[in-house]
Amino acid sequence: MKTVPVTWRGLLGRAALDTLVGVAIAAGALLSIVLFVTTAYFIIIAVIGIGFLALPYCTRAVRWLANLNRRAAAHSGIPVERPYRPEPEEIEKDIVGWMRRCKWILTDPATWRDLLWLLLNCVVGLAGFVPAGLLYYAGEGLFLACGLWQPIADGGQGRWYAFVTVDSWPAAFAAGLLALVVLTGWVFLGPLVLKGYACFVRFLLGPTRQSQLASRVQHLSETRSGALDIQAAELRRIERDLHDGAQARLVSLGLQLGAVDRKMTQDPEEARRLLRQARTSSVQALSELRDLVRGIHPPVLAERGLADALRALGLASPLHVTVVADLPGRPPDPVESAVYFAVSELLTNALKHAEAQRVEILAWYEEGTLHARVTDDGHGGADTSAGSGLEGIRRRLASFDGVLEIDSPPGGPTVMKMELLCALSSPKTSSS
Amino acid sequence: MRVVLAEDLFLLRQGIIQLLEAYEFEVVAAVDNGTDLAAAMAEHRPDVAIVDVRLPPTFTTEGLQAALRARREQPGLPILVLSQHVEQMYARELLADGTGGIGYLLKDSVLDDEQFIDAVRRVAAGGTAMDPAVVAQLMTSHSRDEPLAALTGREREVLELMAEGCSNTAIAQRLTVTEGAAAKHISNIFTKLMLPPSSDSNRRVLAVLAYLNA
Repeated sequence: MKTVPVTWRGLLGRAALDTLVGVAIAAGALLSIVLFVTTAYFIIIAVIGIGFLALPYCTRAVRWLANLNRRAAAHSGIPVERPYRPEPEEIEKDIVGWMRRCKWILTDPATWRDLLWLLLNCVVGLAGFVPAGLLYYAGEGLFLACGLWQPIADGGQGRWYAFVTVDSWPAAFAAGLLALVVLTGWVFLGPLVLKGYACFVRFLLGPTRQSQLASRVQHLSETRSGALDIQAAELRRIERDLHDGAQARLVSLGLQLGAVDRKMTQDPEEARRLLRQARTSSVQALSELRDLVRGIHPPVLAERGLADALRALGLASPLHVTVVADLPGRPPDPVESAVYFAVSELLTNALKHAEAQRVEILAWYEEGTLHARVTDDGHGGADTSAGSGLEGIRRRLASFDGVLEIDSPPGGPTVMKMELLCALSSPKTSSS
Repeated sequence: MRVVLAEDLFLLRQGIIQLLEAYEFEVVAAVDNGTDLAAAMAEHRPDVAIVDVRLPPTFTTEGLQAALRARREQPGLPILVLSQHVEQMYARELLADGTGGIGYLLKDSVLDDEQFIDAVRRVAAGGTAMDPAVVAQLMTSHSRDEPLAALTGREREVLELMAEGCSNTAIAQRLTVTEGAAAKHISNIFTKLMLPPSSDSNRRVLAVLAYLNA
């Protein structure tokens, strides 16, 4: 979390927000006893064979509540990841599918940890009331001190505020001071209570080391197969381009030279014409090879690094492109080239599909993460479904644990954000 | 005419030397890395330097950097840069000082010896020689930009040829118009791009620069 300058206003706002969150948590605590009883009931019934009908709904409710509490914990600065195993992809609509779903729920350790959390949360979650209680009590003290004690004292005896009997102005003053102390407590204690609660949530609802490893393995095997697919497709493309392009041109060059050889003595004029043709063929072969190289690893990227390569992309685009790139060093080659090609494709999209006029490319490095953002003023509505180019970019970045975030409402503007964890090597110094 | 050549591929270096000598240039130094290039340029002060962008030891833009440094030390030193690929950014950096005597060509262009030699001569004489591929890229990327929007289609064509480094005569030939007509188009371009009269070749470079910076 970023540290923000502490002001009274900020502290009060924060405390008020915490109070609300606390009340929500406490309400959740009340709900959790209901859910615990229900779920436990249905699990037991499921064992006999009837409860499994309701179990998935029940679980959905439990996970919803647990996720809300995870978010509350994140609000206190303690992020809690979701440990659930992914739902089996294809589930039959009939009873067998329903059974499989139950099996998926019951075999996930997270389900049982949720259940334990529900049970404990009935009590621990009530701590969420603490900030609200403190606020209420401070308010009561202040009201008494303001003179509300008089009608109460008139009615018979003075009212107790903590250890003070409020039945005179000095006592009211003391109560007022006490209320201020409680108010201070509200401001500073509230966040602490919530933080403590967040720790409790993380302890039970966070992923265990084992489930972390399991989800990591799953992520890695998914992205690995994605990376292999991309690589294979890339090799096929290169093979095809070479076969249909440069290779064919060189063959025709050989044929032309053969013809020149034959014509040389009988028809020098024709031989000359063929030679000119041969030269054209060689130039075309070269330019095709050059395009191919550009598609594999753009020379400007190799020579100048990502920031300048993005600038070059901007210069070569018919759009009005502004590039602000500030990188203190060079990312690893594969990361560089993934980002380069991703930005290149986004630029093409902006031109072809979004009918944009202006594009802004930002790239920066912060806290071990390479960020790149491409914003265009086109009509938005970028299609993220499978099979689109965006899905390809996403898969490409995923193999570096990178993410692509797309914000493209219909009517635009489109903002594409990329984030990749990577280390930078020290900037290349040209030796002279 | 004295030439310094920097090219790391042995075959290409020998080929260019042969070509240049066939056209009676004198190759005073032929080097294969950036460090030697800087030394050779300082020592021989050639009439023109022909430099490959990518040279050892770093195999990045060693040649381009050496060329830019040399031009800072010897302003106006004519340099013809050869590259495996064309990059607008490099063309921009080379032309940045606006003094001319700059060429940026694809390596393939040495295959057409007459055009290549013509480019070397033009650069040595203080003109420019931009590869048609650079110019074509500029054309597509800045076609709807100010201030070039003010140019007519024909003036645009003329500017394109000017950017490649063609003389008035060459432009007239390529567009099959009279030399007078070509000159008129060129002076229109200068007016529209608001280029003050100075030496003619310099204004041509500035026009190309206006194009680059549009």
